[in-house]
Amino acid sequence: MAQGNNSIKKVLIVAFSLCIVCSVIVSTAAVALRPAQQLNQELDRKTNILNVARLYEPGTDVEEAFRTQITSRVVELETGEYTDEFDPETFDGFEAARDPATGRTLSGDRDIAGLSRVENYATVYLVGDAGDPDQIVLPIRGQGLWGRMMGFLSIEGDGNTIISITYYDHSETPGLGGEVNNPRWQAQWEGKEIYDEEGDLSPAIRLSKSASGENEVDALSGATLTSNGVTNMLQFWLSEEGFGPYLAKFRSGTELEDADNTDTDFEDGEGA
Amino acid sequence: MADVNAKSVLIAPIFQNNPIALQILGICSALAVTTSMSVSLVMALAVIFVTSLSSFFVSLIRNHIPSSIRIIVQMTIIASLVIVVDQILKAYAYEMSKQLSVFVGLIITNCIVMGRAEGFAMSNTPGMSFLDGIGNGLGYGFVLLVVGFFRELLGAGSVFGFTILPTVQDGGWYVPNGLLLLPPSAFFIIGLMIWVMRSIDPGQVEETEFKMKENSKPQEAV
Repeated sequence: MAQGNNSIKKVLIVAFSLCIVCSVIVSTAAVALRPAQQLNQELDRKTNILNVARLYEPGTDVEEAFRTQITSRVVELETGEYTDEFDPETFDGFEAARDPATGRTLSGDRDIAGLSRVENYATVYLVGDAGDPDQIVLPIRGQGLWGRMMGFLSIEGDGNTIISITYYDHSETPGLGGEVNNPRWQAQWEGKEIYDEEGDLSPAIRLSKSASGENEVDALSGATLTSNGVTNMLQFWLSEEGFGPYLAKFRSGTELEDADNTDTDFEDGEGA
Repeated sequence: MADVNAKSVLIAPIFQNNPIALQILGICSALAVTTSMSVSLVMALAVIFVTSLSSFFVSLIRNHIPSSIRIIVQMTIIASLVIVVDQILKAYAYEMSKQLSVFVGLIITNCIVMGRAEGFAMSNTPGMSFLDGIGNGLGYGFVLLVVGFFRELLGAGSVFGFTILPTVQDGGWYVPNGLLLLPPSAFFIIGLMIWVMRSIDPGQVEETEFKMKENSKPQEAV
């Protein structure tokens, strides 16, 4: 190695120029590739929504199918009303939960899904006519065995009958808890009912080792903690804390009117 | 590194001087990403890319790197390349990057990359260093693919996602071995691979560092 390489001047010059060159390369890559990455994430989210709504076939044009068949809406969870405060395209429930203005902290026994903070608003996806949807797709998340599980639950327009469930982000053990995404297990959800009594806001749906009746689904064998996690997050998100008040409107059939109003409101807002 | 010629630099690391099997480097990522063939393949390509280019760039400026900060300089180059790979995967192979998750980023700490930069590129020409990086990446990839083949075949009944052994979950006859989907199984497979490779080429067997004395009496041992 050449003499004089270890002088302070040389060390500084090499370190500085290396940092400049490397940071230019890294930031160029990050900036140039960001549009493609965002497109991927968006596509992934939409594919999952179409998937859980049973509208996805391999080869479907996701963008096209999403645009023609699905309406996104932001719901205020406490009242169950639609809100125009946020754009459903960009609203991120996870971010909203962390913001004191749009989220709240859950304490102890109320935090059954292990969320610690939860948003006050959430995006729902309506399939078909937004006023009288064929299907409602709800985002759910909660703690599994190894980490957070993020998924979607699709429900029929009556606000009670489940169509399907899917998890797009989880870290459960492959072959055991990871079977949450096994189509054979997912198929069992079809036709199950969330609530067992008319007007009741506490969900009855749960996983059980010996499932029977309309409110129970077979637990995953060898994955008790994952199964508990799934039960807990459904119990939470479908309760009064989550989508309970929103779904209650569909169950009692009062939703139509509200949806029509907000529908026009929202389109006005979009045009402005 | 007595003879530095292009062919030996490129080929030797695949079998004779394999970075995983002989040098026992890069085990961590080999355990983590080998649950399926396709993930192993992408990881191998990423490592080949990073090792070859980092060796090339380190070698290119090797006469100007002050020895006091040489490790930091190497790390900076490696880290930049890894970030570029990570960004490219996120943009063009999103599904794959979700499966590889944090392990692409962890290529930065892969001893193979660092080892080649420090051990070879610092004292050889850029062209040779580039080939050496590809060779070592190939050696790493070879082990990854073998381990991935057995783990995916026996753990999930498929190869590259194509079903070979129909599993009971999907109505077939094969009961998959769940252990093979968990990291410890990669240890067993790598161990068996090292055994096989050293049986074929006894030159790889290390000399014993010390020998137990046979039947020593208690008095002698004191």
